[in-house]
Amino acid sequence: MAKIKPSQGAAYARILGVGGYRPTRVVPNEVILEKIDSSDEWIRSRSGIATRHWASPEETVAAMSVEAGGKAIADAGITPEQIGAVIVSTVSHFKQTPAVATEIADKLGAGKPAAFDISAGCAGFGYGLTLAKGMVTDGSAEYALVIGVERLSDLTDLEDRATAFLFGDGAGAVVVGPAKEPAIGPTVWGSEGDKSETIKQTESWEAYREGGVAPAKFPAITQEGQAVFRWAVFEMAKVAQQALDAAGITADDLDVFIPHQANMRIIDSMVKTLKLPEHVTVARDVETTGNTSAASIPLAMERLLATGEAKSGDTALVIGFGAGLVYAATVVTLP
Amino acid sequence: MAATEKEIVDGLAEIVNEIAGIPVEDVQLDKSFTDDLDVDSLSMVEVVVAAEERFDVKIPDDDVKNLKTVGDATKYILEHQA
Repeated sequence: MAKIKPSQGAAYARILGVGGYRPTRVVPNEVILEKIDSSDEWIRSRSGIATRHWASPEETVAAMSVEAGGKAIADAGITPEQIGAVIVSTVSHFKQTPAVATEIADKLGAGKPAAFDISAGCAGFGYGLTLAKGMVTDGSAEYALVIGVERLSDLTDLEDRATAFLFGDGAGAVVVGPAKEPAIGPTVWGSEGDKSETIKQTESWEAYREGGVAPAKFPAITQEGQAVFRWAVFEMAKVAQQALDAAGITADDLDVFIPHQANMRIIDSMVKTLKLPEHVTVARDVETTGNTSAASIPLAMERLLATGEAKSGDTALVIGFGAGLVYAATVVTLP
Repeated sequence: MAATEKEIVDGLAEIVNEIAGIPVEDVQLDKSFTDDLDVDSLSMVEVVVAAEERFDVKIPDDDVKNLKTVGDATKYILEHQA
């Protein structure tokens, strides 16, 4: 039997750079209220959301990703040619083949990196980050680009008063590369397929086959609010704690908490349940960005670093959770 | 030992007070969580989880929507507590 040479990568991996892209159009609650019977006060009290960004036809999944990815590469201080893998997490790129990652890699001038899309809903960033860390440490890629990108405005039922205000568009990206010491902790991740009905797309694309009776409405994301809230707050607080334990730290060691930006109420309740110390900076980007699914964590990370609320070298707990149901949590050192 | 009706109402009053800031004396059997006590659907989930811990009872998501009043919740806990 031939002896296979072991793979050799970096000892450790870290996030080296982050970049975000928010669509130009800012949509306040007043615009949402044109189609639902609700109020600005109700929306803010239930979600903490005041505005969100909606993409124009030109701000495609690929275009937003190229912007965010380019910024992350520049922030990492490397060149696009050094990227060995491009991982794109999205649920709102409506052309399944080819993967949008290949187009993004090409437009970034990354040469011929491995490039593929993943579908892990609002946990997509954590899933991508975990894959990227594995690539860097086993030598499959010296640098990997992870992009979370969504145009959830395309999957929003604007006449549903429970969800019309929730979603936004945008792209967030990080570059993962070699490190001399651990800077991405073990990922605590998983799925609970028995709860797949709690967050879902209303219609399958199959319903739109030629000759069939197409549903009156385009597919949209729908959820069972109370069940999702309970799972997100109380089950995900346990997962967050497990990620801290896996990294060998406690909440006292944290500088920053970046949960998926689903809803301010979930964030507030998680902070309370986790008993996070006062000194921990909590990402609350959802107020002006809405829920951007896979893009929300890198977008929030980029904003915290840009505003100076967090700084390079800070220890951050990141946790994504959503449709699947799926989740992923890990502790990282901020770029 | 299983809690009495009074203990459950008092416990719920403390929970509702802590989560939604409602005065404990307002939490009475005939009060509706949403209409009278201004506990919205998400706060209701927090109330339910706190009640589960306090009274050693499981309240599944499907049953939460049936707990309209403090009396409904009290009856549910009386019947289901371990």
